[in-house]
Amino acid sequence: MTADRFRRILTTAYLVLFFGYLFLPLGIMAAATFNDSRFPTVTPWRGFTLGWFEALFADERMWTSLGTSLVVAAGVILVAVPLGLAAALLLDRLHSRARSFLYAVMVSPLLTPGVIVGISTLVFWREWFGVTGGIFLTVVAQSSFVTAYAMLLFLARLQRFDATLEEAALDLGASHGQVFRRITLPYLTPAILSAAFLAFLQSFENYNTTLFVRGLDTTLTVYIASKVRTGLTPAVNALSLILIVLTIVGAVVYEILRRREARRLAAVSPAA
Amino acid sequence: MSEVLRRYGPVLTGIILLAVAVWMLLLVILPQLLMIDFSFRPSLPPSKAGGPEDVYTVRNYATLWTNQIHLTIFLKTIWASALVTLTTLVVCYPVAYYLAQVAPRHRLPVLMLMLVIPFWINELLRTFAWYIILAYNGVLNTVLVGLGLIDAPQRLLGGDGGVIVGMVYVYILFMVFPIYNAMESLDRNQIEAARDLGAGTLRIHRRVVAPHAKPGIAVGCIMTFMLAAGSYAVPSLLGGPQSRWFTEVIYNWFFEGGNWNQGAAYAFILLVLCIGFILLMMRLFRVGLADIAK
Repeated sequence: MTADRFRRILTTAYLVLFFGYLFLPLGIMAAATFNDSRFPTVTPWRGFTLGWFEALFADERMWTSLGTSLVVAAGVILVAVPLGLAAALLLDRLHSRARSFLYAVMVSPLLTPGVIVGISTLVFWREWFGVTGGIFLTVVAQSSFVTAYAMLLFLARLQRFDATLEEAALDLGASHGQVFRRITLPYLTPAILSAAFLAFLQSFENYNTTLFVRGLDTTLTVYIASKVRTGLTPAVNALSLILIVLTIVGAVVYEILRRREARRLAAVSPAA
Repeated sequence: MSEVLRRYGPVLTGIILLAVAVWMLLLVILPQLLMIDFSFRPSLPPSKAGGPEDVYTVRNYATLWTNQIHLTIFLKTIWASALVTLTTLVVCYPVAYYLAQVAPRHRLPVLMLMLVIPFWINELLRTFAWYIILAYNGVLNTVLVGLGLIDAPQRLLGGDGGVIVGMVYVYILFMVFPIYNAMESLDRNQIEAARDLGAGTLRIHRRVVAPHAKPGIAVGCIMTFMLAAGSYAVPSLLGGPQSRWFTEVIYNWFFEGGNWNQGAAYAFILLVLCIGFILLMMRLFRVGLADIAK
């Protein structure tokens, strides 16, 4: 019994350490936002201030790079979600060695370092089309791997799809277009929303790939990195804090929706 | 293929194939092939392109062997990434095991959310958090001096140590989730049975849990190593001129050295390194590609 208790205490201690390790640095970073000090730190504490938010909002370069990030993210959603959907629809209907091969090629961008995705895109588009770095290339480069994420999401949902619904509709005389619009697409709507959300997040947060293809354009992540190296003030913390809060809200909402969907599915299908 | 055509009809099938072709060829395969082709060509001014000097050569690859500094950085990137991978594995294994097998069911949703949230937070921001901690007048120095462990603040940024510590923090969640997913499918009864039959904790893990979690461990190691070796954000924020990462050397070939062919060769070497690591993990854990690319 005592050995058991000892083990439980040890486990709890380890978990507390682990989660403390995960969250403490973020907490310190957030706290430094409110410290009235030129350099972002919590020691020594020089008094509470909200001034760094004002400094952040007054920075025009921040707004410009935020705009760039949003444009790029919108572009990535428009490219990666339809392409990922098409790829999943194709894979879902293939059964053979062709499927495994195609699948391996399709997920390969996820196993490729981001810098290489950026470099290959940069070289290819300059050599073949004379296109140099900028918003367009950033969208293209990010889409090449975000599409793979979208494809995986669609594929996971398609695996639970009752294909007899399509069969029945076709037998009853519906055209292929009707079946797709009225049955397949509505069924995939939650996955489309998840894919769009994931694409936005992946694009918005991307640094390694973007760095090579951005040309003279600056996304918000690139802006933060350049600020940290030259001209670091707690305004960067203010921005980080805002982004973290938005991410947490997004993560919580996404998780709640995902779990609700999972429960709904479990309730509907007797097999689960 | 006929199955595809039957299901979606000619128009939709055409659109699907076109979309997949655009993604695969234009965004993935052709750029990679061209980058490789590019890496075997000399860097020439546009006027000489296609001329007699524009022939295939391995000179760009030989540079890595002749340039001692680059070779040292390349080897450092390998061992440091391996160290990051090993550290995250050791730290994450107990957490994944607890979540998958020990944690009470009702506590799981909250615990998982606590893992998901930092996972979703921008890599760059998580790196920046460590920048603040490791800074010369940052928290860690203050705490260490305050505890009397060191007399004066130390330079914690700008060295390999800071980069490695930062990478462990930033990429640790890419190790937790794959191992957790693999362990979750293990029937708790198997562990009970092993325990009833007299196996100790270590033996249970060596013979029951770890073998079952192998595909997850392999995926976690592959992801972590790939992210660490290919990271630009962490070394550029937490490192310095003395602790350059291989990706920074590549970046410099492109945007400071102005020799794209040379940069492409280095990029391909990095890619080969990552593929080599994937193959090594598959050998080591005896898992197939199907287990990894799930």
